[in-house]
Amino acid sequence: MSAGTNKIAVTVTDIIEVNQLVKRFKFERTGGGDLPVFSGGAHTVVEMLDKEITRLNPYSIMSDPMDQNAYTISVRRDDKGRGGSLFMHHQVRVGDEMVISYPVNLFALDLRAKKHLMIAGGIGITPFLAQIKQLTTLQYHFELHYSVRNNTVGSYVDELTSFYPKNTHIYYSDDGQSIDLEQLLDGQPLGTHVYICGPKDMITWVYETAESMGWPREVIHYEEFLAPQSGKPFEVLLEQSNKTIQVGEHQSLLEAMEAADVDAPYLCRGGACGQCETNVISSEGQFIHRDHWLDDEQRKSGKKIMPCVSRFEGKSLVLDR
Amino acid sequence: MSIQFKKETFRNDYTFKNSQWAIDRFPFPFHEDSYMYSVNMEQHQGGPAGSVFEKRFDVDEHYLAEMEDRALVLAEDPLRCQSLPHMTLAGWDLLELIMVSKSEDYPDLFQLHREGNNWRWINKPMKIDDQFVFMDETTLPYGPMEYITRQTQGDFAVLDQRDDNLWMDAGMVTTQADWSLDFDIGMNFFEWHAPVPKAHEMGIFVRALKFLLNIQQGSPARRLNWTMTVNPLLDTSPENYHKWGVEKSTLTVENVGEKQHLRVELQTFFRLPRSNALVFPIRCYLIRLEELVTVPKWGRRLHRIIRDLPEELATYKGFISNRPMIQEYLSGFDDGQPTSDGIWPD
Ligand code: FES
Repeated sequence: MSAGTNKIAVTVTDIIEVNQLVKRFKFERTGGGDLPVFSGGAHTVVEMLDKEITRLNPYSIMSDPMDQNAYTISVRRDDKGRGGSLFMHHQVRVGDEMVISYPVNLFALDLRAKKHLMIAGGIGITPFLAQIKQLTTLQYHFELHYSVRNNTVGSYVDELTSFYPKNTHIYYSDDGQSIDLEQLLDGQPLGTHVYICGPKDMITWVYETAESMGWPREVIHYEEFLAPQSGKPFEVLLEQSNKTIQVGEHQSLLEAMEAADVDAPYLCRGGACGQCETNVISSEGQFIHRDHWLDDEQRKSGKKIMPCVSRFEGKSLVLDR
Repeated sequence: MSIQFKKETFRNDYTFKNSQWAIDRFPFPFHEDSYMYSVNMEQHQGGPAGSVFEKRFDVDEHYLAEMEDRALVLAEDPLRCQSLPHMTLAGWDLLELIMVSKSEDYPDLFQLHREGNNWRWINKPMKIDDQFVFMDETTLPYGPMEYITRQTQGDFAVLDQRDDNLWMDAGMVTTQADWSLDFDIGMNFFEWHAPVPKAHEMGIFVRALKFLLNIQQGSPARRLNWTMTVNPLLDTSPENYHKWGVEKSTLTVENVGEKQHLRVELQTFFRLPRSNALVFPIRCYLIRLEELVTVPKWGRRLHRIIRDLPEELATYKGFISNRPMIQEYLSGFDDGQPTSDGIWPD
């Protein structure tokens, strides 16, 4: 199967500054026509043609899954990142044509749940916005606990509290407010599923707390996309394609393969889905594993790498790709 | 061409037959002279004009007869159609997928008119003209999955995806090659595949599951599978083995060409948009050996496949006892000439 998913040509029809950190982008199909409906929690991979670099960044689709006129995404500016969010913030204008992927859902609702308990931190709110719209249409029961620094940078706090006052609970960390997690989890009816999207610490905290309180794994759902990080440049031999490629300081291994026209599979580009898993034929050096996919044993074996986020330092690396 | 729907039966007097049109477009599953079990998936994005791969949901001359047979099976055994409560949304997804696909692919046979959630569905061959409210079950005579699959050829397994696995949580299964929805409902991928010999060791199922979990919206996939059936019987279910199992012993040298059928499943896989479930339509095509050998390449090749098939596969596919007779019959159509690559007639 070829890399990624089917593509859709879209035009940026609106850009809204949500607050000093976050901008919202609206995409409509170029030349008109419906976009596919999707399921709440899905993301799309946005292609950015940034001079000679093609960036592919995943963003949760936050608009109503049943709305086929447009998709919206929210992009938080990351001044220290590798440039994808800066490109979206500074280069993209209304009227620009872009290419996005079909929606892919790696953070789906479990529709067997009697109640959907959502825990969001910061920009992690975006997949929940689509899920909440879907759950509202289906008349399912949900409750949102959303932690932000303060009202000025709390994206969509006002909309949520005015549309869903009974279901929404906001916590301002600047004011010392925080979720009383144990009490919250303790009071849930049987059949509740918990969903977490936010910073890594938050996910770990909720996951571990819930597990220690006896919640089964199948009812704890989370999504964390890592952004690939910069690192020392390195060289890789791709045996199947018979190519030697250089991975630049600000490039991921996956991006370097794509730049060399190697058809490498991916879905999330954030170390979560497992799709890019690649066999190592030989290596002399140190892996820098950053994904959530491989287990400790696989890491120790030195036989696998996830090129979307992980890197390598050392003398030589040969991959089965 | 417009399709001439046939009046025929898949039980009792077995009047099922293929026209020359249906023979020529039969999905012959062997691309070379030997057969190895494999997952052999490809994209389901059209195919040669007129072939069964061309449309998303193929409609052929057996449509009305197959739908009648389905209604008979359901009347006898309503448990052939089941949907766990959380799968209703997937049912609507499936209804939409089929209605949109069929109305676009066969505008002379099917029409869909939509104004918001007020839908009108016209199925001309079945003389259906229904108005209903999308996502409102009370406006349809059956649940959405049952409603649309009573009008669509093939079995349907609707799989929920969670915990990195697939769960058989809904389905319409009346033309199955020896498996039971009522037995498999609620099972995960490994549980419902448990009886397959050998392949498990080959790690094939792990790879197949990984492939299926990653099928995305807008990128459906397909593969072919095959077996052998005596008489054109659609419903070869375990529930009814006592009825059809004995038919295997009615095969004779004289009637093998007429009674023995190659049974091919066109299996497709679509990600459903709202529910994130996966639908797995399994479409069954039957061809009697005497029809099949009218294509010389297929006669030669099927003879070699049947002759060389490993014992345990012939057992698994349920024709080990009749293999000598089938082989003998087919040998009369194999002159030893080489065959060309690929599944199509020369
Ligand atoms: S693309 Fe998902 S883990 Fe690498």
